[in-house]
Amino acid sequence: MNAITVSTLCVGGIGCVSALALAVADKFLSVKEDPRIGQVADLLPGANCGGCGFAGCADYAKAIVTGGAELNCCAPGGAEVAGKIAKCLGRDAVDVVKKVAVVMCGGDSTSAVRRFAYNGINDCAAANSTGGGDKGCTYGCLGYGSCARACPAGAIEIANGIARVVKSRCIGCGKCATVCPRKLIKLVPASETVHVRCSSKDKGPAVKKVCAKGCIGCRLCTKLGDPGAFSADGFLCARDYSQPLTKADDVIAKCPGHCITKDAD
Amino acid sequence: MKIINSPFHFKGGIHPQYHKDLGDREAIRELPLPAKLTVPMSMHLGAPAKPVVKVGDIVKAGQLIAEAGGFISAPVHAPAAGRVKSIDQTVTAPGRSCQAIVIETSPEQEWELMPPIPDWGSADPKTLLERIGAAGVVGMGGAGFPTKVKLSPPPNKPIDTIILNGAECEPYLTGDNRMMVEHADHIAVGAQIMRRILGAEKLRVAIEDNKPDAIEAMAKAFEGVDGDVAVVRLHTVYPQGSEKHQIYAVTGREVPRGGLPMDAGCVVENVSTVYAIYDAVVNGRPLTRRVIEVTGEGVAHPANLMAPFGVSYAEMIEACGGYVGKPAKLISGGPMMGFAQANGDIPCGKTTGGILVLPPREVSNFTSQACISCGRCVDACPMRLIPSELSQLIEAEDIDGAANISLMDCVECGCCAWVCPAHRPLVQHFRRGKAIVNAKRAAERAKQQEAAKK
Repeated sequence: MNAITVSTLCVGGIGCVSALALAVADKFLSVKEDPRIGQVADLLPGANCGGCGFAGCADYAKAIVTGGAELNCCAPGGAEVAGKIAKCLGRDAVDVVKKVAVVMCGGDSTSAVRRFAYNGINDCAAANSTGGGDKGCTYGCLGYGSCARACPAGAIEIANGIARVVKSRCIGCGKCATVCPRKLIKLVPASETVHVRCSSKDKGPAVKKVCAKGCIGCRLCTKLGDPGAFSADGFLCARDYSQPLTKADDVIAKCPGHCITKDAD
Repeated sequence: MKIINSPFHFKGGIHPQYHKDLGDREAIRELPLPAKLTVPMSMHLGAPAKPVVKVGDIVKAGQLIAEAGGFISAPVHAPAAGRVKSIDQTVTAPGRSCQAIVIETSPEQEWELMPPIPDWGSADPKTLLERIGAAGVVGMGGAGFPTKVKLSPPPNKPIDTIILNGAECEPYLTGDNRMMVEHADHIAVGAQIMRRILGAEKLRVAIEDNKPDAIEAMAKAFEGVDGDVAVVRLHTVYPQGSEKHQIYAVTGREVPRGGLPMDAGCVVENVSTVYAIYDAVVNGRPLTRRVIEVTGEGVAHPANLMAPFGVSYAEMIEACGGYVGKPAKLISGGPMMGFAQANGDIPCGKTTGGILVLPPREVSNFTSQACISCGRCVDACPMRLIPSELSQLIEAEDIDGAANISLMDCVECGCCAWVCPAHRPLVQHFRRGKAIVNAKRAAERAKQQEAAKK
């Protein structure tokens, strides 16, 4: 026999033995995975944003099928995806309210003062721990863009010293809300357009000193607006999104703090 | 009493201008009692103290007003007699907000002291340790680690060397130097109390060689004290006061990575803390005041003041003649590791060593530039890290990559940023990176604990 025949037989033989071993291993050692996990994962948008609280879409799909996780956790997918998953698994359809992020601060460079010149690194948490942040208001948006860098959809713009969420691009994952050192970003129903864009719990005069667009806690909105549409906690009013608001224009026009605004887009 | 020269010299470090003559011209003087004291509940490392008084209560000076909030925590005592006006929120020097008890001081000061232990030489070490804990003594060098915890190492970590840290390597600050010159005898007693608690053989007083008065005073104070006692004359180099570097300079031992001084058989205590130990044991006086230096070219008459906790920075500066011109920077602590403040409405606490006011000509409003890879930071880093690479990894959001090249070993001394010709805010990058790593680790721990519960 020549060298070619020997090597062909050897390599071929090893191949056959390995194939047999793999076939046996497949029969006895294979891990059965529910085929529905793959189906659900295919239905999810694949953004891997982590907004559902699981480590990516595949993990969430597994949790839905095996752990009985809620179907309405996927913010980018919204009602459509939740409905498809419900149909696929034969579960009851659930209500999904599409949510978007809103920065609850309107104190841009023209209306809010800065206490000192900060020339450190471009990061909100770092700025916040330098002398308590350079913004005059200790509750307001610092504008160094940590939220914008965390956003997987590129939906946050920093303009005029303040962060603003572009509603049409926001997928509602909530990553920005977790990185904001001042916890200014809230997830609200996407259908809502009127917000109290202030988070200062300070008394009126203290707010007026540092910002021209701050809530002074006068509670006029709770009286002018529909019952329950605005709530007040101390010196800060907030929109209660569970109640409808029809008299928005009146409230916006009369708010003496100029902090209730309507989304432009 | 022998004085020995430091046998070891750590790598790196810097030689900034010290400006120590500013505040060191006169003796420590007592600050006149202010009308109002805002006593923060978080003046130490660990859990904040829990108030045990109510609004409207009349308190005596030295009375317990807040108890320790956990194992790593410390109680707080009334710095002065008066009435509890309110229990409010305040912002402390590192920029965090915490509860504070506001006391309106009364003109008559009545003290409530704990029973003194004059026979500390024969007292039970446990009693001494309990007293130090009850008096609220914490590390006054800056970190505020509860002293009782530091002085109770686990039995498998024997301590053979106690080091009194009198290096005071931060520029401008001279409070520890003044304490050593004026209270050397008391510090010597405090050191012996520590030795009785820990049962260590060696006692070392580490002082930089730019403080000859303190070296002389401490050597004299320890004259006649039996056992292996010595004053170690250290090289004047920043950060000689850093625990890890001082242990190396004095004993030649290295604290292992992620370890504590007790892993190297050492306990390091700041001299002001040792004085507080003396005061708590021998006089029964809880920790309610400390030496705070108001210094810098931006203050009219820089001085060392013995001040009760809760007095505001603004009042301290006022007591030193106020500002000269418009101040450019107000720093709590020294210029290297201190915290810049937005205003003077910050209360002094157990870890406030100094208040530094810099005029505009002392502050450079630089623009930071890209790393030019000159390697000066690598030469300066006393922890043998590569600050240039670390900062670039953190800037590129590769925090894990930075952690892999020992980000967590950074002691934030600031030598790298001080030498950087591109004015890069290196320490700020590292603080940010470390905060992210710590948050990640805490989340992992929480996850593991949850999994263990199931």
